[in-house]
Amino acid sequence: MTTAIKTDTALFDLALRMGDNALILAQRVGAWCGHAPALEEDIALANVALDLIGQAKMWLSLAGEIEGKGRSADDLAFLRDARQYRNALLVEQPNGDFAHTLMRQFLFDAWHHPMLVALKSSADKRVADIAGKAEKEARYHLERSEDLIIRLGDGTEESRQRMQTALGALYPFAGELSAADAVDADLAARKIAPDLGDIGKGCAAYLKGVFADATLNAPESAAVRKGGKQGLHSEHLGYILADMQFLQRAYPGATW
Amino acid sequence: MYAQMVKSTGERPKTLDEMAPDERAFQMRVDADIKIEPKEWMPEGYRKTLIRQISQHAHSEIVGQLPEGNWITRAPTLDRKAILIAKVQDEAGHGLYLYCAAETLGVSRDEMTEQLLAGKAKYSSIFNYPTLTWADIGAIGWLVDGAAIMNQVQLQKCSYGPYSRAMVRICKEESFHQRQGYDIMMKLCAGTAEQKAMAQDALDRWWHPSLMMFGPPDGDSVHSAQSMAWKIKPMSNDELRQKFVDQTVPQADYLGLKVPDPELKWNEARKGYDFGAIDWNEFHEVLKGNGPCNKERLEARQKAWDDGQWFRDGLMAHARKKNARKMAAE
Repeated sequence: MTTAIKTDTALFDLALRMGDNALILAQRVGAWCGHAPALEEDIALANVALDLIGQAKMWLSLAGEIEGKGRSADDLAFLRDARQYRNALLVEQPNGDFAHTLMRQFLFDAWHHPMLVALKSSADKRVADIAGKAEKEARYHLERSEDLIIRLGDGTEESRQRMQTALGALYPFAGELSAADAVDADLAARKIAPDLGDIGKGCAAYLKGVFADATLNAPESAAVRKGGKQGLHSEHLGYILADMQFLQRAYPGATW
Repeated sequence: MYAQMVKSTGERPKTLDEMAPDERAFQMRVDADIKIEPKEWMPEGYRKTLIRQISQHAHSEIVGQLPEGNWITRAPTLDRKAILIAKVQDEAGHGLYLYCAAETLGVSRDEMTEQLLAGKAKYSSIFNYPTLTWADIGAIGWLVDGAAIMNQVQLQKCSYGPYSRAMVRICKEESFHQRQGYDIMMKLCAGTAEQKAMAQDALDRWWHPSLMMFGPPDGDSVHSAQSMAWKIKPMSNDELRQKFVDQTVPQADYLGLKVPDPELKWNEARKGYDFGAIDWNEFHEVLKGNGPCNKERLEARQKAWDDGQWFRDGLMAHARKKNARKMAAE
């Protein structure tokens, strides 16, 4: 006799959202290897990408376990199509110039770190364990991002202009990370995840302070661009997946 | 690795009797295996040859990020992706130690970068070949890093302290690289027929370029004798190449792959493999800039440098502002 186990779909979504954010951002950041503006940046960006891939692997393994259909982290990474991906739109935005890459990272880190701190107290021990490991890495990412945003904002006129342009382009995507939907509300009610509104408020206050130090101005009334968390992505994601999933799709069933 | 055809003085090494007192004292230290350190007196030719050799090595690490970096976004699993990023990152780190070692000889990293971009400084011929399939990532780790280790292990004994110490550190990481490359090849060779064919194709394309990494035959090099006397090139090109072939052929056999050389056979008398002639014309063409990817590699480095100018300037400007504010507050 078999017992059908009902998947905790909200928890599954949380693990996918966290894992997909990390994976897609790692994919973007990893593309800089060998092309960054200074050797030290090649090394630092590789570190960030490595941390994020490690985190993606932990979250996607957990997602597979919650789902209970035997899918591994690799299956979830390499064999889902764009509509099944749950990352926020911010992380799939193109690398652009280095200012865009740094700003995208900063806006993500500014949310990611407090989110992981909060998840360390999750009622689900598996979530709390992963957050405990990832939080230390995210704290370092945030320190590095904040430092660069301030130095380049308050650097030359050109560096300030480039950072300002990047902020204008990417700020509308930052709000999605803290915009709660029914899944988030359910998880917050069960103490598995924090109230995203609280994370968002803390994040906004923090960003305001850093942008002031960096002499940058966040757009006053930017409409929030969202949809990725529910699987409605920008056109960029299809290309990211085409690239990332090429070998697994071209040689089905092969092991590497 | 990766210094090929490094020009030395072009003259035969002097005997101790022919040397001035400073030079004789220097050579006697080298002969006694005492490391030469940055602030010590050294012949100008030694300093210049080392700058050429170390900067060529550093540039090779930097340009070497590109062919492998080409597969980071397409690595087939999360683990393979992480390992590949870590490896490319190590190469950037090796470039950094080597630039620092060269800086102790009185040349700046920016000057060396400008020489690379102007085409005045070389990097290894091997990085001018394209990575067409995932198996190329395996072949590079196995063959290219294997050849690099062969060269670098002996350079740990090099007479110049900072270079020798950089090599000790680099060798540890390179052996990990070689293992991961071979591991990719093992997986491919134990996989489907298509995967095995991919592995064979990569070996076919990378074998001869890997043998060329050691540089031209000993008889053709006028610069080796002086470099060997100074102990900045402990073993000759042909000795290293032979060692590499002897080590690598059994590894190909284990994988079930065929080394693309009909003349390759075991020589029982010599206890080594005889192998066929290498197309040195191809090697010289690649060094001249006519390899399949020379243009793309240099363009990529030029673009990174040009596009990054505002970033480097911005950081410098901020540091100056911060200092000025600190001074004003004091």
